Amino acid sequence: MKKTLLAPLIPFVLLTLIAEFLVRAGFVRAYLVPAPSAVLRAMIDSHAELLQALFATSVGSLAGFVMSALTGIAIAVLLSSSRGVQRAFYPYAIFFQTVPLIAVAPLLVIWFGFGIQTVIASAFVASVFPVIANTLSGILSTDPPLRDLFKLYGASPLVTLFKLRLPAALPQVFTGLRVSAGLAVIGAIVGEFIAGGGLGSVVETARTQQRIDKVFAAVLLASVLGLALFGLINLLSHLTLRRWHASEQ
Amino acid sequence: MFDNNRVVIAGMDLGVDAGEFLAVLGPSGCGKSTLLRMIARLSEPDSGQIRIEPNGERFETAFVFQDAHLLPWRNVLANAALPLELMGVAKPQRNEKARAVLDQVGLLDALDRYPAELSGGMRMRVSLARALVTEPRLLLLDEPFAALDEITRFHLDVQLRELWQRRGMTVIFVTHSVSEAAFLANRAVVLARHGGAIKLDRRLELPPVRDIELRGDPRLGQEMRLLLGAIEG
Repeated sequence: MKKTLLAPLIPFVLLTLIAEFLVRAGFVRAYLVPAPSAVLRAMIDSHAELLQALFATSVGSLAGFVMSALTGIAIAVLLSSSRGVQRAFYPYAIFFQTVPLIAVAPLLVIWFGFGIQTVIASAFVASVFPVIANTLSGILSTDPPLRDLFKLYGASPLVTLFKLRLPAALPQVFTGLRVSAGLAVIGAIVGEFIAGGGLGSVVETARTQQRIDKVFAAVLLASVLGLALFGLINLLSHLTLRRWHASEQ
Repeated sequence: MFDNNRVVIAGMDLGVDAGEFLAVLGPSGCGKSTLLRMIARLSEPDSGQIRIEPNGERFETAFVFQDAHLLPWRNVLANAALPLELMGVAKPQRNEKARAVLDQVGLLDALDRYPAELSGGMRMRVSLARALVTEPRLLLLDEPFAALDEITRFHLDVQLRELWQRRGMTVIFVTHSVSEAAFLANRAVVLARHGGAIKLDRRLELPPVRDIELRGDPRLGQEMRLLLGAIEG
């Protein structure tokens, strides 16, 4: 565990030092790329504003992500219920995913108004599809002999769903959630660009003020948020699957 | 009976007496597994019928698959108790029965372990316990030990034979191993490569107690030769 944390830190420190050197030595203009020390200073100077923005974006992403997880799994269960339903509706799920979020975001503002509800909606739209796709594929790939076993002892479809299909799909559900967590943060920031609030607004305002150091600070915090969500899902996955799934051992 | 639009079993008339230990032998793709699935009512024949007399409950049939196929998120006890759980038996009763049957297969000290923590042989024994927990009158096994190493397989063969003797159930055992069929069964049926025709139906002339001694017995070799001859011929 220590090594997995330490290893990625080395390139981070190296790149930071190189960037600092390049800016200070005048190879890169500071109004294009700020020195890491300037980013750090912006973080310290505006820490109250940035933390508040981080909190707002966290709430928006997390709420959108939880909605994605719940609706995504529910939709996958419905789609798995019959092949006909799946044929009729799954293409729309795929189509839905290919609609560019940035183009839909203004619509979300019209529907939900300015504020957190639009940010949550945006995070949801951005992150729901991987949950649907992965959960569905997990449910559909249940081990056939186990399905036979449940059939042999007269298990109803509902019992089979809850005692076999859903638990068996858990590793894939978690795969979907991991992808979805990162997308939820992206979705929230896109929502904030248009509806206001959170790190998205900070980036927007700092950009118009030519405060490139603050833009970098906000972007960095957004990445940290995405990383934290990803880590949270990994932890949940590990706690749930450690006893039974090979990939967790 | 069709399987991917291919006639697997065209005409077959096979009667099995209660309490019999029948081995079904034949080359790959001859319809052994299909036959077993039809007896278990997991597949329906396109024509003809499967009759089990007296007309019993379907739960009196149990099935053991080619691999253990346990639920990886359940420990040994909960895996063995699964059939009773699906049939609606209350937790204390089903756990008690599962514990008893796990005792019979020698897994009493592994109740809390998960399938990922067991050896292949232990997993197969859990699978066997799961099949026996409902006290079935008919036990169907589809090449159950094929994936195991030979020593483990020998032990499980002996164990299965003992369980059969103790419980007086009917066993239909599908295998492609001539030595396993001869060692285990009282009666062996050899199927033809195509269409499910019965090439040999033989009552084996071997002592009722099958243990490691029998492995070197010339009578076993004689039976094996007969079965092999029917498969090849």
